[in-house]
Amino acid sequence: MLDAYQDSRLARALIWTVASLVLLFLMLPTLIVVPLSFSASDLLEFPPKDWSLRWYETFFGSAVWMAALKTSLMLGTLTAAIAVPVAFLASIAINRLGSPLAGGVYGFLLTPSVTPGILLAIGLFIVLAKLGLIGSFVGVLAGHVTLAIPVAIVVLQPAVNRFDWQQAQAARSLGAGWPRAIGGIIAPQLALSLVAAGLMAFLTSLDEAVISIFVASGANTTLPKLMFISLRDQIDPTIAAISTLWTIFVGAVVLILNVRSNDASK
Amino acid sequence: MSDPGLLREQRRERLFFVGLAWPAIVIVGVSAMAPIFWILGQSFQTVAGEATLGNYDKILSSGLTWSSLGTTLALSLSTLIICVVLGVPLALALASANRRVANRVLILIMLPLWTSILVRTYGWLVLLRRDGLVNSTLAWLGVIDQPLPLVYNFTGALIGMTHYMLPLFVLPVYAAMRDIDGNVVRAAASLGAGFWRCVATVILPLASGGLTSGSMIVFIYTLGFFITPAVLGGGKVNPIAIRIERTLSTFQDWGGASALGMLLLLLILIAGCMFAAIRRLAREKVHYA
Repeated sequence: MLDAYQDSRLARALIWTVASLVLLFLMLPTLIVVPLSFSASDLLEFPPKDWSLRWYETFFGSAVWMAALKTSLMLGTLTAAIAVPVAFLASIAINRLGSPLAGGVYGFLLTPSVTPGILLAIGLFIVLAKLGLIGSFVGVLAGHVTLAIPVAIVVLQPAVNRFDWQQAQAARSLGAGWPRAIGGIIAPQLALSLVAAGLMAFLTSLDEAVISIFVASGANTTLPKLMFISLRDQIDPTIAAISTLWTIFVGAVVLILNVRSNDASK
Repeated sequence: MSDPGLLREQRRERLFFVGLAWPAIVIVGVSAMAPIFWILGQSFQTVAGEATLGNYDKILSSGLTWSSLGTTLALSLSTLIICVVLGVPLALALASANRRVANRVLILIMLPLWTSILVRTYGWLVLLRRDGLVNSTLAWLGVIDQPLPLVYNFTGALIGMTHYMLPLFVLPVYAAMRDIDGNVVRAAASLGAGFWRCVATVILPLASGGLTSGSMIVFIYTLGFFITPAVLGGGKVNPIAIRIERTLSTFQDWGGASALGMLLLLLILIAGCMFAAIRRLAREKVHYA
């Protein structure tokens, strides 16, 4: 865009310097955690003097952390398993209905993503408390599915809109009912987008902390809730190990999604 | 068209598609909308369930609420200002780079966005502590001889929130700048506008749509922030979100927490309307300019 200003070397250099510093600012907090997780010391010294895997051992050896990890993985899987089909059907409906009804449904389904987490959390807390369900797995799951639905819809909607709907019409005219057309024609062709939506829904649940802090308790404590409590009380290097594993996992997911979208655009 | 069988068929098909959206509508309705209406109702009730304005009277006559309101607005506004100062040059650099470089850099911007908020908060704790990397580097460079209080206070919360919001600000600004017609910029250059003048009078006004959406995302999102101020504020920074949690967990005051929740919602609605108005004004101005 700025090719007319190739000569303004100083201005361009200045902008790139600021941009590089800002990028460093963005990367630094995630990168700093990695070497610390391999430190042998109880202190968070940088760079670490001695190296060890003791914080990973602490994490994997702790019944409390492992229970939270298990809860989070189960929640994430169930969240994706519920949110993606539900969001997929809703995306088809939004595509087929046409405005303004479709616009209304779309807007309504996106509201959880713009509502502050704290409001959803206290609302769910109060409702679940009245129903005697506080601390229950179902309560947290409901909260996570609600947050994952807008994420899945945002991922799926462009794919559903790109789909060649004449194929579905052809299947219909050959005698297939809509359920069969959706399951046999549309879903297989959008498989990659469905997987992407599933990963995003899983990540949304895995990282959700505010609702979990309020609603999850006891045996249903999630990993982010436990990390939050632990961070508020003291700085435990075990969290550096968890953070490193987490960053590697998320990095892999983002790379996979990125490669996929590059392939799709070719 | 006049075939009644076909019409019936079309109507049935439409009903079927409406039906497809129901599971999602019910889930969002039951676990997001209903709780919020429940909070609304709760905020106008006593513990015994009688109608009252007492909850609002109590929170509005408390100095704590007003100081929380001040903290919330100060945090959101400072976060927004820093995001603009840091984000606009980054977006400009990206928009002036060729597409391949820009896409690579975009991954670097997206990665923190997808990293857990707790991982990022932990990273900042490690960096900003009294003996953390930032303080020790500054001391080694001889810039300071006393460690700066960078965390467990307003500064810490602000740094963490800016870090969280910056990618969400940069993305819409970059998208708007990328869409600017290069010929307009070339025309400005050939008419003698210098680099900075072109940025200030051509690029920024043309990117105003992205700037206002980015600003709106930052401001509205940060009004309800909980995790970052709770950890990096060290108990000294208490925006409304944290006041709500205290009211609920320490005092079990559901009515008060609900009224504070409604106050937060009102704040968000006002901010949303303000940004929508700014956006309309900016669009008209660009249109007539």
